[in-house]
Amino acid sequence: MRPDLEIIQHWIAPDSRVLDLGCGDGSLLHYLREAKNTVGIGLEIDAENINQCLSKGVNVIEQNIDFGLRNFQTDSFDTVLLAQTLQALSNPDLLIDEMLRIGRNGIVTFPNFGNWKSRVYLMGRGRMPVSKFMPYQWYDTPNIHFCTVKDFDALCREKNIRVLTRTVVDNEHQGNWYMRAWPNLLGEIAIYHLTRD
Amino acid sequence: MPDVIPDNSVGLVSPETYQFDEPLTLRSGKVLPSYELVVETYGRLNADRSNAILICHALSGDHHAAGYHHEADRKAGWWDECIGPGKPIDTDLFYVVSLNNLGGCAGSTGPRSVNPQTGKIYGPDFPVVTVRDWVNSQVRLADRLGIRKWAAVIGGSLGGMQVLRWAISYPERLGHAIAIATAPKLSAQNIAFNEVARQSITSDPNFHEGRYLEHNTSPKKGLMLARMVGHITYLSENALRSKFGKNTDEQLPGSSNFGRDLKTGKLSFAFNIDFQVESYLHYQGERFSENFDANTYLLMTKALDYFDPSVDYDGDLSKAFAHSHCRFFLMSFSTDWRFPPERSRELVENLLSAGCQVSYLEIDADQGHDAFLLPIPRYMEAFRRYLLRVHEELSA
Repeated sequence: MRPDLEIIQHWIAPDSRVLDLGCGDGSLLHYLREAKNTVGIGLEIDAENINQCLSKGVNVIEQNIDFGLRNFQTDSFDTVLLAQTLQALSNPDLLIDEMLRIGRNGIVTFPNFGNWKSRVYLMGRGRMPVSKFMPYQWYDTPNIHFCTVKDFDALCREKNIRVLTRTVVDNEHQGNWYMRAWPNLLGEIAIYHLTRD
Repeated sequence: MPDVIPDNSVGLVSPETYQFDEPLTLRSGKVLPSYELVVETYGRLNADRSNAILICHALSGDHHAAGYHHEADRKAGWWDECIGPGKPIDTDLFYVVSLNNLGGCAGSTGPRSVNPQTGKIYGPDFPVVTVRDWVNSQVRLADRLGIRKWAAVIGGSLGGMQVLRWAISYPERLGHAIAIATAPKLSAQNIAFNEVARQSITSDPNFHEGRYLEHNTSPKKGLMLARMVGHITYLSENALRSKFGKNTDEQLPGSSNFGRDLKTGKLSFAFNIDFQVESYLHYQGERFSENFDANTYLLMTKALDYFDPSVDYDGDLSKAFAHSHCRFFLMSFSTDWRFPPERSRELVENLLSAGCQVSYLEIDADQGHDAFLLPIPRYMEAFRRYLLRVHEELSA
């Protein structure tokens, strides 16, 4: 399992209903069903990922989350999950509102653009950071709304969203005390557990 | 039939007739005192009778879904692309049951049958049957075959509506509901097309108020017109363009003549067939009118028009699915304008509201509503994978 998912799964209660936005090949929903008896629905647009979900018996709906989630009823899920997709959305702020309308709580993970490597890259080269982890050029990147841990904290305050847990990890999804001390500088991936205030 | 039966064909098949003597009360309140259902089966029922799949046919379909009846058959069953060894509905894994619905004209009791109470052919007196009535008769068929719970009930278009009815009325008797290119109810436009079809039939001078068989005739012209209208709605504009636009490249490379290929190469300046699409429609209509029964066509279109499971739930479709514990798999096709993707999304939304487990795919395809019958690679692959998983769960 992807290590960020390994962290996330601890926040999901047994027998709960989980909506996974951008569920990929369905690994997490499949794991949660086996391990925690959850009922999951995944949204995905990639045909091969959808096929993988079908093979795993994971419920998957072909739907572009960028076009909204109006077909989901208020409070119809316990947890709504958005892993590594926030930065690719047209209206990430509106989607967070939607997540917390549909679910009692939400889990969001995103690459932290405030990480020191990005800062050094931009400072040193004067060009948009490109890495093995984020290999795109500015013109062809699907990631159109990068943010930092501080930015996201500010958005949560603005929206009166309660942050139940915030954790940051590196690209190997390892965390340590100095990342906890300076999350925006040292964290590479931010993981938030949110709920409505 | 091809000279050599392909490995992925169910091969030669023969239908069986089941007689039911227990009266069936229909939604209209009328009663069918007894009836027969013609059934084909493919594959083998396993020891615990858990691997059965029911196929529900659409407007002009019947029990002959796969394989060939005779060596001389030109065409295989109507869903042969999907049913057979190694195909999405894999007959090596599943026991597949396909029937001709009540009111049909392929052998099950319908307008061409003799009314046991009068000793005469039913004709127009055959009662209007609904999707619900069909499903009730299919339940009795399941009982007769000793199938307590279908692994899946599968259908496209009007067949998909039967699948939804199964999930609503008999949720404990199916594991998976697979409804393809269907809708929760017809739109006004759908009903309008059906009414044109019905008017074509009933205004044919040979219709004789539906008693054409007693007059040794049939309203072929009307049935042909009905089928022509219907056929247009099954195809997309793109499908027609590519079917009848073969000369495009010769005219101007990369351009489209919008499917306006001429039949003879020049205009007739008379009211003859000028364009190939016209002769194609004539051919389709004529071929259909030779075998199909006009009264059956009227009944089938009414069953479509009347389908609306929300009527029992104050118009709230999601309530209809409140007890549907089966899992749902829906697929729609991008250019289908008879039952477009919006209608499937509407279903998905209601299923989600009801808390149902649902998967949904929107397949890019140029072929319009007809796509559900065709071997479109993404459609076939998703369908195959879903049912493979269904089979794995049976043995787990």
